[in-house]
Amino acid sequence: MKRHTLATRLWHWLNVLALVVLFMSGLNISNAHPLLYWGKWGFEAKDAWLEVARFPGWATIPGYYSLAAARHWHLLFAWVFALSLLVFMIASLINGHFHRDLVTTRREWRWSAVRADIASHLSFDFHRAGSKFNFLQKLSYGFVIFILLPLMIFTGMALSPAMDANWPWLLDMFGGRQSARSIHFIVAWALLAFSVVHVILVLLSGPLGQMRAMITGGRR
Amino acid sequence: MKRRYFLGAMMAAITTGCSKLAETKPVAALLESSDDWHKAAHRLIGGRYSLAREFPPEDISPFFRGNGTIQPDSPKYLAHLANGFADWRLQVGGLVERPLSLSLAELHSLPQRTQITRHDCVEGWSAIGQWTGPQLGGILALAGLQDRARYVVFRCADRLGGDEYYESVDLIDAFHPQTIVAHSLNGHPLPVRNGAPLRMRIERQLGYKHAKYLTGIEAVESLDWIEGGNGGYWEDRGYHWYAGI
Repeated sequence: MKRHTLATRLWHWLNVLALVVLFMSGLNISNAHPLLYWGKWGFEAKDAWLEVARFPGWATIPGYYSLAAARHWHLLFAWVFALSLLVFMIASLINGHFHRDLVTTRREWRWSAVRADIASHLSFDFHRAGSKFNFLQKLSYGFVIFILLPLMIFTGMALSPAMDANWPWLLDMFGGRQSARSIHFIVAWALLAFSVVHVILVLLSGPLGQMRAMITGGRR
Repeated sequence: MKRRYFLGAMMAAITTGCSKLAETKPVAALLESSDDWHKAAHRLIGGRYSLAREFPPEDISPFFRGNGTIQPDSPKYLAHLANGFADWRLQVGGLVERPLSLSLAELHSLPQRTQITRHDCVEGWSAIGQWTGPQLGGILALAGLQDRARYVVFRCADRLGGDEYYESVDLIDAFHPQTIVAHSLNGHPLPVRNGAPLRMRIERQLGYKHAKYLTGIEAVESLDWIEGGNGGYWEDRGYHWYAGI
């Protein structure tokens, strides 16, 4: 049995591609109106809770300020991002990945077990007894897959005036379009933070083997 | 610090790669086509006539920001402004059975719709206001669309960077119940910055579709031969024609 199924590997790399393009084109879009608000409306600095820095060309797609071109990239890769996540979720329900690898047991939630897990993390010991992921891995992967990524999709849809007409509950769920826009921005940076920690941990735990496993599938 | 430089260099490489890719024909075509898929998905999910949310009066924002042209400067417009728009006409033409030339008084005498809706600029900001005016569908019914008509083009009195502003929608949005020719904002005649004396409201799309300083409505079969051929001022500058996203 392979360590990572084909569905997981395909989704992982498609998701990397989509997140990179979405994040960098999103920074370009942010430059068009770098003010964030809470609530239903907001259009000037005095109502903003955050004035966002201008992002330099090397960090944006395209590499110069163009709201039109950035929206082309963003709204095309939104499809790649959302559909690949949907297919991965369905596949992981069918092939048992979620049930086998991500579901936590009651025992893992005990404080003594959590403390032991944190301690072994801090000493860079990523040995996993029995299951594929340790508790902190299950928790962070579960949080990203079931909360952060869907949040990006639904806050993104709440920014679309046509989707707001189709699904008005999107607005109620987030407390208005400008709140949805703020949450979209915050979660984007939370995903970047996750990705940085994720890559650092891969580098610390045998990067060649880890990369090979995520490409070829590896062995359990 | 080194790691940060590495991340920056990687992002810069991605930026350059994407820019190069976008210059190739197939990638450019793919990038520009996504609004068609969004439009199809939106209409599949919500139907053709899903209604934009209408808000209670207490949600109206204290100010309604103007964007793009906020003060047309042609002598003709300034003369109309000085005259209180008494001689302003809205021409309805193109592929219609009975071309019309409507005064503001005539537009006021048609059945009116008032709606408090949110306006979303493509830049990201939103404002909420109350709009009043006749439905575009009613005006088009008066003029009688010919069978060949597929789009409705909006002609405007303002120029941006030397070019005439214009916009267009398909017949689904033209006949949408919330698509109105607005003459009032929050119970008063439109301020100049918001499009006096007439502007479109296309409530399920972004602000640049809501043509201001409206002078004409034209039914057409194709958008190819109008101005830059992409169906609108901003569309000719690369923005999506379908702006429900």
